Amino acid sequence: MSRIVGIDLGTTNSLVAYLDDKTGLPRVIPDQDGKVLLPSIVSFTPAGVLVGEAARRQLVRRPETTVYSVKRFMGRGYEDVKEELCYFPFRVCPADGIVRLQVGDREVTPPEVSAIVLRVLKERAEVHFGEPVDRAVITVPAYFNDSQRQATKDAGRIAGLDVARIVNEPTAASLAYGLQRLEHGVIAVYDLGGGTFDISILKVKDGIFEVLATSGNTHLGGDDFDRAVVLWLLEDIRERHGVYLGGDREAMQELRLAAEAAKVRLSSTERTTLTIPFADFTYHREIGRGDLEKLIESLVAKTLGPCRLALADAGLRPSDIDEIVLVGGSTRVPLVRRRVQALFGKTPHSQLNPDEVVALGAAVQAHILAGGITHMLLLDVTPLSLGIETLGGIVSVLIPRNTTIPTSARELFTTSVDGQRVVDLHVVQGERELAKDCRSLARFELSGIDPMPAGMPKIEVTFLIDANGILQAQARELRTGKVAAIEVKPTYGLSEADVERMVEESFAYAEADVATRLLIEMRNEADTVLTHVERALRQGRDLVGPEERARIEAAVGALREARQGEDRDRIRELTSELNRVTEPLAERLMDAALKRALSTRRAAEILEGP
Amino acid sequence: MNHFDVFGLERRLRIDLELLQRRFHELSRRHHPDFHQGAAPAEQAQALETSALVNAAYRTLRDPIARVDYLVRLEEGRETREGATVKPTAPPALLQEMFEIQEALQEAKAGGLGASDREALAAQRERLLVRSRDEEARLTGPLSEAWDNGAPDEHARLLGELKEGLATLAYLKTAIDDLGAVLDGDQETHVTHRRH
Repeated sequence: MSRIVGIDLGTTNSLVAYLDDKTGLPRVIPDQDGKVLLPSIVSFTPAGVLVGEAARRQLVRRPETTVYSVKRFMGRGYEDVKEELCYFPFRVCPADGIVRLQVGDREVTPPEVSAIVLRVLKERAEVHFGEPVDRAVITVPAYFNDSQRQATKDAGRIAGLDVARIVNEPTAASLAYGLQRLEHGVIAVYDLGGGTFDISILKVKDGIFEVLATSGNTHLGGDDFDRAVVLWLLEDIRERHGVYLGGDREAMQELRLAAEAAKVRLSSTERTTLTIPFADFTYHREIGRGDLEKLIESLVAKTLGPCRLALADAGLRPSDIDEIVLVGGSTRVPLVRRRVQALFGKTPHSQLNPDEVVALGAAVQAHILAGGITHMLLLDVTPLSLGIETLGGIVSVLIPRNTTIPTSARELFTTSVDGQRVVDLHVVQGERELAKDCRSLARFELSGIDPMPAGMPKIEVTFLIDANGILQAQARELRTGKVAAIEVKPTYGLSEADVERMVEESFAYAEADVATRLLIEMRNEADTVLTHVERALRQGRDLVGPEERARIEAAVGALREARQGEDRDRIRELTSELNRVTEPLAERLMDAALKRALSTRRAAEILEGP
Repeated sequence: MNHFDVFGLERRLRIDLELLQRRFHELSRRHHPDFHQGAAPAEQAQALETSALVNAAYRTLRDPIARVDYLVRLEEGRETREGATVKPTAPPALLQEMFEIQEALQEAKAGGLGASDREALAAQRERLLVRSRDEEARLTGPLSEAWDNGAPDEHARLLGELKEGLATLAYLKTAIDDLGAVLDGDQETHVTHRRH
């Protein structure tokens, strides 16, 4: 069986991990610069698509076409997100169905943006192993509904990955912990990431990780902390400088980045200073940890309700929890730790890096699926109740929340009019009594029913939630035994045809994207060499003759010109040419530096005496 | 195959939960889709279906009330869930009482909730919670024991008692939830009684 990697597709950062056969432990895969976290940011520039750190640098320059935190939009509709759109600089098309982002003249869906991030991780893994990687386990927040899971699976497919399993982030984290110290007991995993919050309660026994209950909020995380700080900064700037920057996309992006950085610093220091140079003035502000805590207090409190609900669903009291595991970058915030500790009455622990633990757990699950681990088994649950809309818009629950998956339910349906040949079903997810208050998942159309008097046909529909937490449905007419055709129209999803088209398009983009990335990397290398040469010319003023200086300056000029163009090979050639003509100068500089070092040492030795 | 058969258990209301969990783990290890990833599609589909059945059976049997409910349906030959199930019958006195509670709730809602109304309703809820717990204890304790030890000719009567107990619990739960909705507002706090 082929290799399967584990991927944490995060709101803020994404990463890929695998299980090392030699040590039996999961490991994250770094990029060529040794960096593990790939910022989940995609920038659509006229020259091509940038991902990760390169895209992050475009946040302020191209706020409208640089997409970040796209996970908040996965599997959602315009109506779901329109209230928070004012915080995002990019445009969302007001249309029915799933969210569509308008970037330049291109319209993209959240799964396509996520696919771009996934493809970079796929390539990273391929470079690491020196062979193609086409299967992955991808993690999602435990509280993700069916549409959000399906959107994540679609993203994988668009990126050319066969998604072997969608795994819940907190349960993945528990696997990473469990692999290292297999223990018995009840664990609570508190997972507060960039955009989502999950709480999962598991019982671990004999290698079986059984999730008892899970709850959460798919719209609560570090992004919301940043937002609270930004709103406060906006008011402060208005008071002190008399301008309101709310409508200025670039300024808002600067503020957001500064707020995020300050928040991170305040986890390890008591006070910090923000300095943001704007066009007309420089904003300077000191902020204390107490100020931040006042701003985020109510947000942190919002995580405690789901914790209590999960405990109640598991039939447990806080004191029944043996261990609390913290996952997600936002659990570094001291206030979060204090609140969790107060709720459970125990010190939470976080020996594994909270940024990496989910990816590590995904790698463990990948290895289980590949047949490499047989003593561990994860039994997860569905986070939300699944039901169908009945007469009067009331929901009839078929599968209650926190049911162990895979799970199935059967229901009988019939017709209400003589000769009726089609029956429509509306499937929803959620805990409310009315269908309109729940999440609409899909409309199913049962067709091909033989004409019979009303109430005569007996159509049995089997709803099955698979191990990914994704719904499958099958229908059968009991009298004839005929399998009824079932057409699924997802309310917030891509159709099969959409996904197919995106998979094809992504191949076309993939080539263009690789070319763009290589060009950008080449330019970066040219820039590095140019900077070095300039410094060498300054430092070695007295070491260069006029003829040599002219040669170097000519090479510099040629490279600068080529750098503006798109010809990657020419940039590479001229970069090595510049390296070549400056080699003698570099050697002389090195000699001079060595001599200086030796003479100072000798002087020091003389001064110190024998 | 019914849920008891899945775990090789006798059709009884009082079961060894340790044994149930052990068998559940064994069956999960054998059938969970995780361990059949490399198999042919037909085998994968089979694993998925078996695994779903095992999970459903475990969920039902580990909960003593769900277990009673399942056994009653099994005894009456209504194994699968149906759209319009036969409504369970509760004692007439209980029905009268529930009707009065609903009336009081309507009045309280119509007239706005004063502090004394609130107090009275909260006290009412407390009383119902206690009764609900008592009824649960009776159903899963003495009544379950009586069923397991009952002679065949007593089964019809005992089955009736089990059904009445289930109906009483259902009515009490509805009343408690309705009181909760009025007292706690629109919050989703229907977590009154669940257990593992």
